[in-house]
Amino acid sequence: MKVVIIDYKAGNIQSVKFALERIGIYATVTDNISEIISADKVILPGVGEASYAMTALKGKKLDNVIPSLTQPVMGICLGMQLLCKYSEEGDTNCLGIFEQVAKLFPATKLKVPQIGWNTITNLKTNLFKNIKENDYQYLVHSYYVELSNYTIAKTNYVIDYSSALQKNNFYGVQFHPEKSGLAGQIILENFIKL
Amino acid sequence: MLAKRIIPCLDIKNGRTVKGINFENIRDAGDPVELAIAYSEKGADELVFLDITATIEKRKTFSKLVTRIAKQINIPFTVGGGIGSIEDASKLLNAGADKISINSAAVNDPELIKKLANKFGNQCIVLAIDTKFENNDWFVYANGGKLKTGVKTIDWAKQAVAHGAGEILLTSMNNDGTKNGFAVDITKRISEAVNVPVIASGGAGTREHFKDVFIDGKADAALAASIFHFEEIEIYSLKKYLKQNKIEIRL
Repeated sequence: MKVVIIDYKAGNIQSVKFALERIGIYATVTDNISEIISADKVILPGVGEASYAMTALKGKKLDNVIPSLTQPVMGICLGMQLLCKYSEEGDTNCLGIFEQVAKLFPATKLKVPQIGWNTITNLKTNLFKNIKENDYQYLVHSYYVELSNYTIAKTNYVIDYSSALQKNNFYGVQFHPEKSGLAGQIILENFIKL
Repeated sequence: MLAKRIIPCLDIKNGRTVKGINFENIRDAGDPVELAIAYSEKGADELVFLDITATIEKRKTFSKLVTRIAKQINIPFTVGGGIGSIEDASKLLNAGADKISINSAAVNDPELIKKLANKFGNQCIVLAIDTKFENNDWFVYANGGKLKTGVKTIDWAKQAVAHGAGEILLTSMNNDGTKNGFAVDITKRISEAVNVPVIASGGAGTREHFKDVFIDGKADAALAASIFHFEEIEIYSLKKYLKQNKIEIRL
């Protein structure tokens, strides 16, 4: 099993790498196109800012490579938003796998960014095998993706939004499974088994 | 619903956990990695590690420690202490930290917050404020509580958030180490004045103190050190107590 974590410098890749090691997977962190294409599983991690991240991906010509991948691909947090068409963060055109856009949470009494543990519901696909409705996952984000036919997990903060997306071989999770205790670990294991 | 967070804080010096009482009289409370694992297993929602090591040479030790922690724990953690540049932040985030907290460097150069937020996203920039009540208001202190800035805490919090701080870690120097409760009033004022989460810190002594700072102080998270390190309050029973008091808590 060859798992690749895409290295685009802007992301906090170490925590994903370490979380995989805790389940016995030694992933390769790389920006090498042929290594990415030949991997069994590809993870696009994310802590960072959208326009900065897209510039980094373009600089490595990964903006054309990622949408063409056919193996299971999972974007995490910003990584999920980069799989969308556009992000309001930095007025950024993203990879366009999902037609949805990442929007800033509307100003209400609730705080932005959302930081902390929130529940995930309406779980679909094997990514959530053995995960209970209303399990907590850790989230840190100011931008959200609305509900759509691609939604495979829903979370409420200000509004109901997509905390996970899926289209063909592409998965995106807004939460950080690598930081979400045991429930997060199971989700990572499920992705590896896809 | 988003849960309120319970955050044990570990002050680190030369790779060991320490806790200052009113920023003085440091006591040794053990190995940080051991503590971190224990806390994540007991139900801590997040951890904060503050490096109080003075020299640059020793800071390399901290970055290695960050990696050791990141390898072993599966909950988020923030690191801080002496971060003064994009490079410092980048090093610690790459070592495996989820968020970085900045304090004095941001007081000296508020533009640093903008630079960090632009590069890493404001959600991983925690602004730590040491605050002291004197002359009928709360003021900001820098350099580990040694430097009086004369800036009102409420003004600094607003400015920092406008610059891109994603979270505020508010430590009351009056309350820190006293175990007489959090500074509920200033926590509430800051929490209502800014649109980012506020972590209350300093003064936790009982379970009721946590309840008060969540309900009356409108804190999004509460941080404590010695009461957890010396097991005066057990995290799981604290969380159960808070949940019984109708506070949204992850159990």
